[in-house]
Amino acid sequence: MTAPALATRGLAKRFGSLVVAEDIAIELPAGVRYALIGPNGAGKTTLINLMTGMLRPDAGAIFLGEGEITALPPDERVRRGLVRTYQINSLFPHLTVLESVTLVVCERRRVAQTWWRQLAAYSHEIDEAYEILAALTLGPACHRVTRELPYGQQRLLEIALALATRPKVLLLDEPAAGVPREESKDLFAAIAGLSRDITVLFIEHDMDLVFRFASRVIVMVGGRVLVEGTPAEIASDPRVRAVYLGKGHRDGALQRSLSGLAP
Amino acid sequence: MLPPIFGVLFDGFAYGMLLFLLSVGQSVTLGMMNFINLAHCSFAMLGGYVTVALMTRYGWPFFATLPCAFIAAAVVSVGFERLFYRRLYRASDLDQVLLTIGIVFISVAVAAYVFGTEQKPLPLPEYLRSSFTFLGLRFAVYRLIMIAIALAITALLVLTVEYTRFGAKVRAAVDNERMARGLGIDVDRTFAVTFALGSGLAGLGGALAVEIVGLDPSFALTYLVYVLIVVSVGGLGSITGSFVAAALLGISDVAGKYYVPAIGAFLIYFVMIVLLMWRPRGLFGRR
Amino acid sequence: MALTESFDAPKLYFSSRTRWQPVEIVFWLATLLPFALFPDYLILASQIAITALFALSLDLILGYAGIVSLGHAAFFGVGAYAAGLLSKYGWGEPITGLVVAATAAGIVGYATSFVICRFRHLALIMLTLGFGLMLEELANSAGWLTGGFDGLQGIHTWKLLGYFEFDLYGYVAYAYSLVVLFVLFVFARRLIHSPFGLSLRGIRENYVRMPAIGAPSRAHIRTIYTISAAMAGIAGALLAQTTETLSLDSLGFERSAELLVILVLGGAGRLYGGLVGAMIYMIARDRFSGIEPQYWYFWIGVLLVTVVMVLPNGILGGLAKLSARWSRP
Repeated sequence: MTAPALATRGLAKRFGSLVVAEDIAIELPAGVRYALIGPNGAGKTTLINLMTGMLRPDAGAIFLGEGEITALPPDERVRRGLVRTYQINSLFPHLTVLESVTLVVCERRRVAQTWWRQLAAYSHEIDEAYEILAALTLGPACHRVTRELPYGQQRLLEIALALATRPKVLLLDEPAAGVPREESKDLFAAIAGLSRDITVLFIEHDMDLVFRFASRVIVMVGGRVLVEGTPAEIASDPRVRAVYLGKGHRDGALQRSLSGLAP
Repeated sequence: MLPPIFGVLFDGFAYGMLLFLLSVGQSVTLGMMNFINLAHCSFAMLGGYVTVALMTRYGWPFFATLPCAFIAAAVVSVGFERLFYRRLYRASDLDQVLLTIGIVFISVAVAAYVFGTEQKPLPLPEYLRSSFTFLGLRFAVYRLIMIAIALAITALLVLTVEYTRFGAKVRAAVDNERMARGLGIDVDRTFAVTFALGSGLAGLGGALAVEIVGLDPSFALTYLVYVLIVVSVGGLGSITGSFVAAALLGISDVAGKYYVPAIGAFLIYFVMIVLLMWRPRGLFGRR
Repeated sequence: MALTESFDAPKLYFSSRTRWQPVEIVFWLATLLPFALFPDYLILASQIAITALFALSLDLILGYAGIVSLGHAAFFGVGAYAAGLLSKYGWGEPITGLVVAATAAGIVGYATSFVICRFRHLALIMLTLGFGLMLEELANSAGWLTGGFDGLQGIHTWKLLGYFEFDLYGYVAYAYSLVVLFVLFVFARRLIHSPFGLSLRGIRENYVRMPAIGAPSRAHIRTIYTISAAMAGIAGALLAQTTETLSLDSLGFERSAELLVILVLGGAGRLYGGLVGAMIYMIARDRFSGIEPQYWYFWIGVLLVTVVMVLPNGILGGLAKLSARWSRP
């Protein structure tokens, strides 16, 4: 039995008396698309921070494939294939699009330490960067400076940076957040086009995306995992409905979807 | 007979209280808006010169000049905040450092032009210059009064922060600026008031410092280093942190100069570096 | 501007950045002018070249890796005293002196880089300040070694390459400083356009993102900090060798602050910023050497406030904005 692509056991974290994660146990088999949903403050981004090493857990363990990564620093986890994108773009404002992705490729290929050869000589790295950009429709924009890009393209660049690390597990934090409807077509195509070799976990509030791309859904509430299942199972689960509808949370899209799928 | 160490502790604590007055405003404003204001001690220097001018040119009594030092520094700082600082709250560290260093240089030059570069003595009344003997050691009256003033102000600050609405806004803004704004707190206004108060306190500290360490135009730069040490070791946004760090620094400095004069200042910097490495956010800083 | 499907275009972008622009060639040719046009000012010219090299070393960590240092003069001083002491105690050969200075300053830089690389913002600024002040105190107390307030006596620099005697007019001094500056400048320029240079810019642009793309930022920072320290040390050694005098203010806080002003005046992150800043600052200081130091600092203060409020990227940044406005139709 092969180990799951990403797994956590008994993960817990608290800030003083505020419990942000408690007894999180998740197993993501390779290649599956998972959605992570839950009301605001449920601890979804915190979980990603714990998985990527930006936060140290108070208890529990994290496994990437066969190996345990709980004690590893963030950049080491990236090198092993666990990568995330940010809900609010975290880009390199004054670098061009091509420079940004080339930077990631160079770091991955461990050539970033060399200071005697000029960048232009690294044709493999530049070509690879350009290919990634072209696949995400960012080819024509590759010489534009990041801060001048429209928001939708910046979001695509977020994903390009993550893809350039050749991830095995990709954690997307609200990839469609803030992207206007007109610009989200390319973004959705990019997510749909993600290779089946990559295991994807994405946080989303947009239930359209969840039902379109996820084959399994995890629901988090108050720092704990409430339930896990297929989108249809989750939509009809009374506990999930209670969380979203009963407590008066104003998540209109979910309410509409849930009521639309009610048996 | 008390051993001399008590004298050293007393003098050191007094010096620490002075540093506290100079630093507490800087600590809270840094913690609130992350604005690096290297010109903080220029306001202190202003307070010192106000006191000197009022006493020597107009014959005011010492204690009457203290509120003026406070007010003058506070008012001038408001002017600077409106004109310059306001535009740089989101700017890079470098820009803030450069702007405020520029203001320091200007203030040093202006002070030299108006008051000259010599040290200014204060014509204090006799009773303030005297000292009394207790258990074999001499304690200066001035230092005692300074400690009393500083402790009174500390109490006032703590009460304000803990029990007033304004204090609650300050605490919220220091803790999480974005959330405070989201809750409807006018962070900019709270910051402006805090900044004025902090600069005023620095001015008061400057006025009190004249008798202890002397006053000349280089004051703004020399004491800046001490203030920065207190703030970074104590922790940004923490009154307690500033108090403890200032007391520690004051005592270490006086003790160092008394017991091991050869290495003196080196020790201070070394201890600061070690403390910062251990606690990058300061002893009482957040997260 | 449409991009063809060919992959050559991206590579062309990078290689176009490394090509020497005409204005650069003009700049370096212009540095030869003092020999012909200002032979009385060659000593000043060599001081400018030395300061330019010092500023270049700061640009590497400030303009490219985003490290605000208030204590960079420490490395300048270490290099200066290393070369000075070497000469005083019998070995005055200039080029080996530079190597010794670079090694000494590089070692100090390497050691402190382990602390520096772990911090940002205020803690980082304080640490650089603290290290600088600590070294100043050490140098002060070690008067038996450094000569204390009187300065280091007895430096005598041998003939350059065994042939060129350092003359009173500064011909050899300026030629020497200029060549060293140029060589190290070319080195820095290559470094900036390498993958390492791109990583540094990534650190400057978004420090937090770097670990998330798998970059070992701390190791990168340690490397550039060491290189920068060694370069500053060479600048210090040049000063000691060409002037044959040395005093404690070569490593004081004033020197570190002044350097920051010079770099920002010209514009950080543009490689030429430090050079332009050094030229303007040193020439201005020479012109106004008669006035009281306080008044000099008054105008520097005004300059700083102006630069921050009006010209945030220094003179070169302002020029770049102007030329962009001209080049757009």
